[in-house]
Amino acid sequence: MGNLPTSVKHCLSYDQLIQDYPWLRRWLLEEAETASEYPESVKIVEVGPRDGLQNEKEILPTGVKIQLIDMLSGSGLRVIEATSFVSSKWVPQMADHTEVLTGIKRAPHVQYPVLTPNMQGFQDAVAAGVTEVAVFGSASETFSLKNINCSIDESMRRFDEVVKGAKAKMIPVRGYVSCALGCPYEGQIDPSKVAEVAKRLYEMGCYEVSLGDTIGVGTPGSMRKMLQCVMKEVPASVLAVHCHDTYGQALPNILTALQMGVCVVDSAVAGLGGCPYAQGSSGNVSTEDVLYMLHGMGIHTGVNLAKVLEAGDFICTALQRKTNSKVAQARSGMPRS
Amino acid sequence: MAAVWRLVNRSAFSSATIGHQYLPFSSAVKAGMRAGQTLPERVKIVEVGPRDGLQNEKTIVPTETKIHLIDMLSESGLSVVEATSFVSPKWVPQMADQVEVLKGIYRKPGVSYPVLTPNLKGFQAAVKAGASEVAIFGAASEQFSKKNINCSVDESLRRFDEVVKAATEAGVPVRGYVSCVLGCPYEGKVRPEKVAHVAKRLYSMGCYEISLGDTIGVGTPGSMQEMLAVVSREVPVNALAVHCHDTYGQALANILVALQMGVSVVDSSVSGLGGCPYAQGASGNVATEDLVYMLHGLGIQTGVDLTKLMDAGAFICRSLNRKTSSKVAQATCKL
Repeated sequence: MGNLPTSVKHCLSYDQLIQDYPWLRRWLLEEAETASEYPESVKIVEVGPRDGLQNEKEILPTGVKIQLIDMLSGSGLRVIEATSFVSSKWVPQMADHTEVLTGIKRAPHVQYPVLTPNMQGFQDAVAAGVTEVAVFGSASETFSLKNINCSIDESMRRFDEVVKGAKAKMIPVRGYVSCALGCPYEGQIDPSKVAEVAKRLYEMGCYEVSLGDTIGVGTPGSMRKMLQCVMKEVPASVLAVHCHDTYGQALPNILTALQMGVCVVDSAVAGLGGCPYAQGSSGNVSTEDVLYMLHGMGIHTGVNLAKVLEAGDFICTALQRKTNSKVAQARSGMPRS
Repeated sequence: MAAVWRLVNRSAFSSATIGHQYLPFSSAVKAGMRAGQTLPERVKIVEVGPRDGLQNEKTIVPTETKIHLIDMLSESGLSVVEATSFVSPKWVPQMADQVEVLKGIYRKPGVSYPVLTPNLKGFQAAVKAGASEVAIFGAASEQFSKKNINCSVDESLRRFDEVVKAATEAGVPVRGYVSCVLGCPYEGKVRPEKVAHVAKRLYSMGCYEISLGDTIGVGTPGSMQEMLAVVSREVPVNALAVHCHDTYGQALANILVALQMGVSVVDSSVSGLGGCPYAQGASGNVATEDLVYMLHGLGIQTGVDLTKLMDAGAFICRSLNRKTSSKVAQATCKL
């Protein structure tokens, strides 16, 4: 740093400061230990009814989906992704999107975003009374082509249309970036690609961008690197993480994201939704397990864990499957006191 | 300049009046520190599957199967494999073949094979069978101590003292465990000061390492951080290990926090062997495969070959006729 005054050097370089004042490192470490480095409150985006059910083989009756969403609405969750306005040819589970959206009880202070991959889906969603929508981009070209039949650029053009249409109707749009930590086809994904796609979604008007570890291969190491890159382009306050638990890494990945300033986390009740790329494996992280961790850390979520456990129990009975939530498994195994 | 800095006390330094331009800097430092910059370069994994894992499996496993499992684990690069337990077979039938197992395994050079020795009698039997490292198991909860080993915490520490004295004389290193460090199935919350007290006593009596166990897996990063902050004031952090159970899915997050606080020894169990005796059907130990996956993803060295480890896991699950509890093992996605 040459001829700069010492005080300026210290402001510019932490290493220089510690070199000149070694006792300061210990003081800062003590400060770091006692002060909180986590957000005071975290918003949970419940994706069970859409992302979860979409990946469950068993097609559920509309009434069951509506009841699930209503139970979740009563738990304190502020955002519940209700359904997806995609063609039922591609996603049969979501064929009843209009009935679900018009059938649920809209709790006050709760948002019910729906997926709208294109203008057609958006217009159908508006006709059904939607008040928030979501668009789904990808950081991997191959995944984009295989999943939605077009390149990333083409998908951005489609989403731009949707966002313009949504803005005209004052409907907020949430953006998703899938394959943020790895792709089933391309393998490793360059964090700068994730940053580029996230930035495009943010600049076109998405109020929040959810970064998805679609196949759950991420670890706290790759999460940190990816977020560092993305946060150069998109503010932390606008970011969410959508972690899959396929390799058991979801909670440490979420913890890392929280440490880096992210305060919105996507999860699915009962860990609904397996991984379509790893048969028999789990997918979404369980809302119950995320809540247990956050509450244990003193982080406010506004959500009642017991009510989410009830909703999880209900949907697992309907699907005739075991819950993926470890908290739910532990609680059901405890002797009743 | 340095003299002036020393005169400024901490509260004045951190107050907004002195200069709130320092606060954003300090927050960035904290964020940087917490988000990975202080992680150890290397972590020692203590594989407890053959002992803690099998001990909690209902199916009694033949001696040869246990020996083969331990041999496979030795080949995977693990440097510590807890082999068996010298407790009375009346209490732990799974460990009845303790002598045969210890004598039957291949003692790979550079690998340690500690065995549990709850009392002097167990210790003597272990040494006779060729043990070169032993472990003792204390508790941070009085009720747990009484229900688990039929005596108070103080009484158990007196027994352990005998074992440690004998071990020291024989040149045998001793590892100490503290269970219920983040919660007790009987007492509920456990005070970190109690954990620190027991850990300190074990360390002072001569244990070279103290493994802090979240026995029922109720801990979270919040309680882990709080407990370690208190314990590390009494026992140096490089003598600490964490033994996390995944009963509530919190194990890897808890381990991450422990690593960020300077802990570099982690206990785990291949395939996540060993359920939780206090929550039927729930999981217990964290799976070694999932732990290794996380550590390698963080660029932390372990010396472990994940493929060989997964082979050992597949072997023992076939023998037990059960599904693995490791998510890494369950995922078949090729990346």
